[in-house]
Amino acid sequence: MARRDDDSSSIFTRRALILSAAGLVGFGALTARLYKLQILQADRYRGLSDDNQFNFQLLAPSRGRILDRHGAPLATNADNFRLLLAPEQVPDIDELLVRLGKIVDLSDDTRARIDKAIKRGGKSSTVVLAENLDWTDFASANLHLPELPGVRPEVGEVRVYPDGPSMAHVLGYVGRVPESMDSDEDPLLRHPGFRIGRTGAERALDKDLRGKAGALKVEVSALGRVVRELPDPATIARPGKDITLTLDQRIQSFAAKRLEGQSAAVCAIDIATGAVPVLLSTPGFDPNLFAKGISGPDYRALLQDEFKPLFNKALGGTYPPASCVKPVIALTALRQGVTDSHERVRCTGKIKLGDREFHCWKRRGHGPVNMLGAIGKSCDIYFYEMARRLGIDNIRDAVREFGFGENFDLGIGGGSTGLVPDQAWKRARFGTSWSQGETLIAGIGQGYLATTPMQLAVMTARLASGRKVVPYLIEGQGEQNFGDLGFSLASFGAARAGMIAVCEAPWGTAHRLGGLGLGDLKMAGKTGTGQVRRITKLERDDRVRKNNELPWTLRDHALFVTYAPADKPRYAVAVVIEHGGGGSVVAAPPARDILRELLKADPEVAARLAGNGGTSAEPAP
Amino acid sequence: MNEFRVASLERILPLGTKILRINWLLVVLLCLAAMIGVAVLYSIANGSWTPRAAQHGVRFGVLLLVMLALALVDIRWWMALAYPTYIVALLLLVGVEVFGVKVMGAQRWLDLGPVRLQPAELMKLALVLALARYYHSLAVDRATSLRHIALPAIMIAAPVLLILHQPDLGTAMLVGATGAAMVFLAGLSWRIIVIGAITGLVGGVTFLIFGLHDYQRARIETFLNPERDPLGAGYHILQSKIALGSGGLVGKGFLGGTQSHLNFLPEKQTDFVFTALGEEFGFIGTLSVLVLYVLILLTGMMIAGQSRHSFGRLAAAGVCVTFSLYVLVNISMVMGLIPVVGVPLPLISYGGTVMLTVMTGFALVMAVHIHRNVDLPSGRGFFL
Repeated sequence: MARRDDDSSSIFTRRALILSAAGLVGFGALTARLYKLQILQADRYRGLSDDNQFNFQLLAPSRGRILDRHGAPLATNADNFRLLLAPEQVPDIDELLVRLGKIVDLSDDTRARIDKAIKRGGKSSTVVLAENLDWTDFASANLHLPELPGVRPEVGEVRVYPDGPSMAHVLGYVGRVPESMDSDEDPLLRHPGFRIGRTGAERALDKDLRGKAGALKVEVSALGRVVRELPDPATIARPGKDITLTLDQRIQSFAAKRLEGQSAAVCAIDIATGAVPVLLSTPGFDPNLFAKGISGPDYRALLQDEFKPLFNKALGGTYPPASCVKPVIALTALRQGVTDSHERVRCTGKIKLGDREFHCWKRRGHGPVNMLGAIGKSCDIYFYEMARRLGIDNIRDAVREFGFGENFDLGIGGGSTGLVPDQAWKRARFGTSWSQGETLIAGIGQGYLATTPMQLAVMTARLASGRKVVPYLIEGQGEQNFGDLGFSLASFGAARAGMIAVCEAPWGTAHRLGGLGLGDLKMAGKTGTGQVRRITKLERDDRVRKNNELPWTLRDHALFVTYAPADKPRYAVAVVIEHGGGGSVVAAPPARDILRELLKADPEVAARLAGNGGTSAEPAP
Repeated sequence: MNEFRVASLERILPLGTKILRINWLLVVLLCLAAMIGVAVLYSIANGSWTPRAAQHGVRFGVLLLVMLALALVDIRWWMALAYPTYIVALLLLVGVEVFGVKVMGAQRWLDLGPVRLQPAELMKLALVLALARYYHSLAVDRATSLRHIALPAIMIAAPVLLILHQPDLGTAMLVGATGAAMVFLAGLSWRIIVIGAITGLVGGVTFLIFGLHDYQRARIETFLNPERDPLGAGYHILQSKIALGSGGLVGKGFLGGTQSHLNFLPEKQTDFVFTALGEEFGFIGTLSVLVLYVLILLTGMMIAGQSRHSFGRLAAAGVCVTFSLYVLVNISMVMGLIPVVGVPLPLISYGGTVMLTVMTGFALVMAVHIHRNVDLPSGRGFFL
């Protein structure tokens, strides 16, 4: 027995030694591995550990406000309670959404948006789960946070446009960063709550309004839960700059109300400075919808509306200037010496050029008219004749001096140059040579000529002042001194007299307007009816159809340009009402009302009115 | 004279002699390991005795007394209870199959009213006892004969297959490896070992290819390439490596482990406790723990070697093998050397069942130490 025990003992000892040696090798290997991990690769893992431990949360800066000329906010910010989601921290997103859906209302496309964001930004991106929550929902979501891993509450900001549609085209709106944008440019672009200016001033001035992102270093747990915030003053978000516009919030709203239901554009210019207090395109749209994320059907409805609510007609819409251009033609005729202000041209209602007939809007004709009468009564025959004498090149040069063909986008985009045709243009465009008939109709602002409402307002301001007024919208961007236009004072006098006659003479085309209605202040203006269809010989022989017999899109554009006071011009206003009909009837009244509002708010005019008011209350003996 | 006395075999030991023979070095080493466990659990709880640190300490204290008490139990009782324990453990494993409670997708627990039992833990010791008992009764030269290979093979395979079916790959491999080590220590001839190794390899590979659960396969795939899916299945290993690596030479300091405190570590109080330790105490800390474990194991193997009976040698060595496998597997796992299999770090990881197993195991080792010179009958019966 002892013998056997010894045997087994010696075998055991040998084998135990082998096994122990193997064990020691194992422990040695572990030690070697630990050495590699903890000594050789310590730096690398320390870096990874710091990444784990700290997250930089981008702090979105407050977007700069947009103010009107009196400091009233046109675009501002409100609290936006939202919930963000870090998809990488959620094992089962569907299940999370079900749970969250019991606490707050989730829109139906949330899941789709998350998928899209993951596809776009990878799992590490952050997605907005719900936005613009009310306080109760937000509070209860906060309460349930421990059961919602990966969900992070945030009080962000949402852009608010208090005036809604009336400011929509000027301000534009903010929206999600378009996918095409390079997000490396500014880290803010990757912030899920960040909204970038998509149109209008918001877009044009985005860099100024945006501000600078701050960063908050936060210590996070593996579940993404913020354990501690480590604020660093160096990384505080810098809010964007406030931008002041030349707009007058009150009068713009007034204009919007005045033109409600019309497809129209209004531009007003401070003749002395070029400031634009009213820049309106109707109908508008609610930019707040866009800031919060517009729904598909709403957006499609806007796109399909034939009044084109998304389009800024004031800067980008092009219309034949029609009769509004006549004072400029008159000025040019005087400068080129093809007439003087006394010459009378006989209007018989039509003029023959070769085998073509050109008609006056007044079928039976005005009889003999001089320049004053021709502008005041808007006689077409007179201006056919002037155009014929001037030739298209002179007309082209003159209207260019008054701002036609120039893109006044006022720094917010969306402007158009319109069209100032000449022989070279026609050859390039159609390959045919210019015909004299085209010169004639250019003389009454029809044919190829196309202008924007802004250009018409500029033209009016320049006519009123004789200076090269340049409009501006963003405070600080105005030009200080406008140069004189190359026309004599006398010729300006003649043209302005015609424009005053339009409004103030009993035979003026806008006399029914009844004048400005501000004491004895006089106004000057010019009506225009922009033809959008060709009136065939057949129709003219029978009877020209009235506007209300035509489909909307074929009706004439109603135009009216005006300035006042006639003796010391302060504001110029241009109104275009798309397919509105006759300029004097449709466009002139709102233009006059808007002009009156502007003047009433002007201290200089108010002072004059106060003086006049005194005399009218107590008539001089 | 002295030598002669040592050489003579004892029959019955008085209690005083037994107490005098307690191996205090082993006790001190175990206490050290448990204290480290308390410290790490205290730190993981952000410097709080609750919920685990204090309980871990108290549990160890109680089990240390139990261990010393069990160590005084005559080694013949241990031997007598070897087979019955094994049978009971095996039945419990079958019971788990039938009545077991599913926890996290695996059927490992047996709910016995107030106590929830993990029979696999009991089996670890039971198998050691049973195999030691079997080989004690067997002449060395016969350990190699085919008949006497078959029986231990069945004794090992039965629990391994049952545990594998729960499924608990980690414990199954641990039990299997312990059994194999004991067969090796008992004197299996090298020829059969080589054949067995080849068969095992082939079988193992076959099993790896066909017999794995999805989650087990995922773990192995992840193990092979943990960075592939850092937020999916590879997350644990990667985070664990980051924690260990960022500890550096001296660590982030007591209570300073960011990975563990910020919840980047999974199961940090159990399977990944070594990681938390490595993060806070660095290479110096982890090396110290490794050295401590080696000292415990060498003490255990010395005790095994000093035993004058086969049962004592094999039982003590078996416990040491189990213990060292725990340590090796756990630390390899948290360092990403092997797949995550869910094996705790003995004495340091929080958890009652494991500590019970380990302390009972060391009670057996201590009993062997105390009874190293006892004359044991080579009983052929069921009990003795």
